[in-house]
Amino acid sequence: MDFFKFFTGESKKSKNVAKERLKLVLVHDRADCSQDFLDSIKEDLINVISDYMVIDEEELDIKITRTKRESDESTMPALVANIPIKHMKDRKRI
Amino acid sequence: MGEVYVITSGKGGVGKTTTTANLGAGLAQMGKKVVVIDADIGLRNLDVVLGLENRIVYDLVDVIEGGCRLKQALIKDKKLPELCLLPAAQTRDKNAINPEQMIALHEDLKEMFDFILVDCPAGIEQGFKNAIAGADKAIVVTTPEISAVRDADRIIGLLEAAELRNPKLIINRLKIDMVKRGDMMNIEDMLDILAIDLLGVIPDDPEIVISTNKGEPVVTKPNSYAGQAYHNIVQRVCGEDVPLLDLETQEGFVNRIRKMFGLAK
Repeated sequence: MDFFKFFTGESKKSKNVAKERLKLVLVHDRADCSQDFLDSIKEDLINVISDYMVIDEEELDIKITRTKRESDESTMPALVANIPIKHMKDRKRI
Repeated sequence: MGEVYVITSGKGGVGKTTTTANLGAGLAQMGKKVVVIDADIGLRNLDVVLGLENRIVYDLVDVIEGGCRLKQALIKDKKLPELCLLPAAQTRDKNAINPEQMIALHEDLKEMFDFILVDCPAGIEQGFKNAIAGADKAIVVTTPEISAVRDADRIIGLLEAAELRNPKLIINRLKIDMVKRGDMMNIEDMLDILAIDLLGVIPDDPEIVISTNKGEPVVTKPNSYAGQAYHNIVQRVCGEDVPLLDLETQEGFVNRIRKMFGLAK
């Protein structure tokens, strides 16, 4: 607990509410306006995962969304990837 | 060779036109040859902010379509002989010109002026694309509100995509008392979020309204806070290292104590 925050009630100031909301909305905005960004993550994910399993690249879906953090219920941006697996690769060969 | 600056924001009503007028007037006061271009075709306003609305004969679209010579459309300021306005057409729309024509226009203007300041319309459509075409540098204006900062972030992304690197930020209408109470984002908050260099901060000042009423840019009144703040920005544009105004550093009591204990970021 930040000693000074406790006494000033700083975390409840409306400008901090504004800043937190803005940060969240910008995670979305920045990801939305940059398809290149998501495409390059997608490509890297495929490369890494393909060492371990055969996946359905056509059906692979990744997006930026929101999730609640378990510890304090606050909203966080999250990268969600839905990657259908066709079958596992033989581990001995890796 | 002159340099082309585009003044943009995404959101409307944050002070692009006022900023363009004051930077133009301030640079002209320092003896620079300046032309300010109103790229907001159909909604022209830079003329009234500068008090030059009664002198318009030809406009930007006339020049681009060859309806007049460039020099015929340039309006000299009443008090500042180094300042010229190229007004927008009022009865046309943003599709009357295209980016290639703006680039060609800039090539001619660069021969005649030290600074070419383009007042960009709000939005991210054709008018924005026309206004940023051929610009060497970009200035992003925002106010300490969620909506304006969000749009500024989007504009910064679009400027980068258009290869206009390192845009500079002007924070307009900062209310010092609200910042002190923690009810308005401060300079640090906005720089943290937008992650670009700060060019200056304009305090919220009734003098702006009064000077706009009269059609005289506030920068010509060095006694006002906003006038001083604009003058500082002008000096920074000219490459001088000018510190922020005292009122711009709204460091609260708690922050000072934090600093004493080495707790401030």
